[in-house]
Amino acid sequence: MSILVIAEHDNASIKAGTLNTLAAAQAIGGDIDLLVVGSGCGAAAEAGAKIAGVSKVRVADAAHYADGGAENVAALVVANAGGYTHILAAASTFGKNVMPRVAAQLDVAQISEIVTVVSADTFRRPIYAGNAIATVQSADPVKVITVRTTGFDPVAETGGSGSVEALDAGADTGLTKLVNRELTKSERPELGAAGIIVSGGRGLGNGENYHSLLEPLADKLNAALGASRAAVDAGYVPNDYQVGQTGKIVAPQLYVAIGISGAIQHLAGMKDSKVIVAINKDEEAPIFQVADYGLVADLFDAVPALTAALG
Amino acid sequence: MKILVPVKRVVDYNVKVRVKADNSGVDIANVKMSMNPFDEIAVEEAVRLKEAGVATEVIAVSCGVAQCQETLRTAMAIGADRGILVQTDEELQPLAVAKLLKTLVEKEGPQLVILGKQAIDDDANQTGQMLAALLNLPQATFASKVAIADGKATVTREIDGGLETLSMSLPAIVTTDLRLNEPRYATLPNIMKAKKKPLETVTPADLGVDVAPRLKTLKVEEPPKRSAGVKVADVAELVAKLKNEAKVI
Ligand SMILES: Cc1cc2nc3c(=O)[nH]c(=O)nc-3n(C[C@H](O)[C@H](O)[C@H](O)COP(=O)(O)OP(=O)(O)OC[C@H]3O[C@@H](n4cnc5c(N)ncnc54)[C@H](O)[C@@H]3O)c2cc1C
Ligand SMILES: Nc1ncnc2c1ncn2[C@@H]1O[C@H](COP(=O)(O)O)[C@@H](O)[C@H]1O
Repeated sequence: MSILVIAEHDNASIKAGTLNTLAAAQAIGGDIDLLVVGSGCGAAAEAGAKIAGVSKVRVADAAHYADGGAENVAALVVANAGGYTHILAAASTFGKNVMPRVAAQLDVAQISEIVTVVSADTFRRPIYAGNAIATVQSADPVKVITVRTTGFDPVAETGGSGSVEALDAGADTGLTKLVNRELTKSERPELGAAGIIVSGGRGLGNGENYHSLLEPLADKLNAALGASRAAVDAGYVPNDYQVGQTGKIVAPQLYVAIGISGAIQHLAGMKDSKVIVAINKDEEAPIFQVADYGLVADLFDAVPALTAALG
Repeated sequence: MKILVPVKRVVDYNVKVRVKADNSGVDIANVKMSMNPFDEIAVEEAVRLKEAGVATEVIAVSCGVAQCQETLRTAMAIGADRGILVQTDEELQPLAVAKLLKTLVEKEGPQLVILGKQAIDDDANQTGQMLAALLNLPQATFASKVAIADGKATVTREIDGGLETLSMSLPAIVTTDLRLNEPRYATLPNIMKAKKKPLETVTPADLGVDVAPRLKTLKVEEPPKRSAGVKVADVAELVAKLKNEAKVI
């Protein structure tokens, strides 16, 4: 088996989700190469070589890879796919954008968001918003896979001593041009990697309440902030806060759901959290069916009290 | 310009599906079926572009069983001009759908194909990207804003860290995210009108596409059940439990 993992990085370092993806690659077994595509990404490549279990980092460094556009990245992956039995990336918006393009160009299926490796050709993946888990077997010569990061514990960021090899960049496809990128700035832990998440829903009423009530609580817990779709749609917080079937999938040690009813689409994104706390004034709210600790209360009283109690 | 909108018939998003006792799949007999929610958003966007005078015709396509006709009628009730059903009882996986759509794009010559980002049954999130790859066209997935002008599309995309805006020449492939628009309700007169709009039926064989599945589903299981825990009386009890019992704070 020979596996290529597509790294996600910010040119300086490798993102956390890649470490979970490498763990999935290790579960498949075999030689693991890490592909770093970017512009001025030498430091990320060096960091990649130190990750436990990486045999070789392959780097493609060119201006037209700066944006991580699907067209150019997929073309490069396809050009360098020879010899690999598996090609993996995290099921992030980057991986989801690039990998189906790779699969189609190789004329193979993509296996989306695997949570378990059963064997080199058989994987488990959630379907129907996580209400069922399918075990699927691929007969394709190359398995193109995205990995749900919550399904795999990350490999160690250090301890490896892989080699670094430069790849020839492909031609610029010129298909898309990045006009602008607005990243949400936050001092908080990243939602996908946070140990504790404080998440708010429509029950908060408006964005002002969301921020004034949840931020002090999140500060005390050193938590990331999340939200239901209703809260995002109503403009309380930016879109990248959304947890759920069609938002981020998270599995922190502690998930605190505040003023969130617990629709199946929301549960799909957080029900694998280790401990779930729900604060909701409606004792019938479905969120209580998955909560380890449920507090039936008005959040406008309970949240400030909780923040104060954490002292 | 024409816009092609692929629409999938799926189990309604309000239905909580059950796994069959023999683990062969989920039980979809007698459950409510609807258009994939992301595809409703795609149809709405296409119809708005037509209403704005940017597009001249909106063509809805659905691949699957005969009942997908209903999904196409729904698309036409929102405002699509005509429908194409690629009819088959075979299981269709995203690569097969992308290949079917490719032949229709080559035949109809749309400047824009708007798909949903994800079907809520298979949760694959692949078909649009695969179609773009097969046609060697630019793609803008997870769109929350689409503007068309001077033969170019400017699309804002929802990405993990926030938002980005891409510019690309047409033809292009766009997939919708939830916040692109809010689909209208089809009115009764429009539902009646939709019944008279043209609906053409073809088969994968007519289009010369091999749709044989590449992935075999060996079994389908219930996810591990999470049981409801306890209700705590107040904040003090909650904090105590989190500290002493769960030990997470
Ligand atoms: C295709 C599709 C995809 C979707 N994807 C997602 C997704 O990824 N993530 C997601 O979250 N949703 C998703 N949804 C939406 C989902 O179905 C729900 O509509 C949404 O999760 C509801 O958000 P909410 O719980 O904040 O709002 P509501 O359901 O309105 O719940 C608000 C809750 O707040 C409580 N409350 C109100 N006031 C107070 C108070 N003062 N004190 C305490 N509690 C209070 C209420 O009792 C209620 O339970 C999707 C829907 C569709 C159709
Ligand atoms: N059988 C189908 N018929 C028509 N469109 C489809 C079909 N399957 C997928 N699509 C389109 O592709 C999108 C993504 O689906 P998927 O890749 O299966 O998650 C959907 O939102 C539809 O727009």
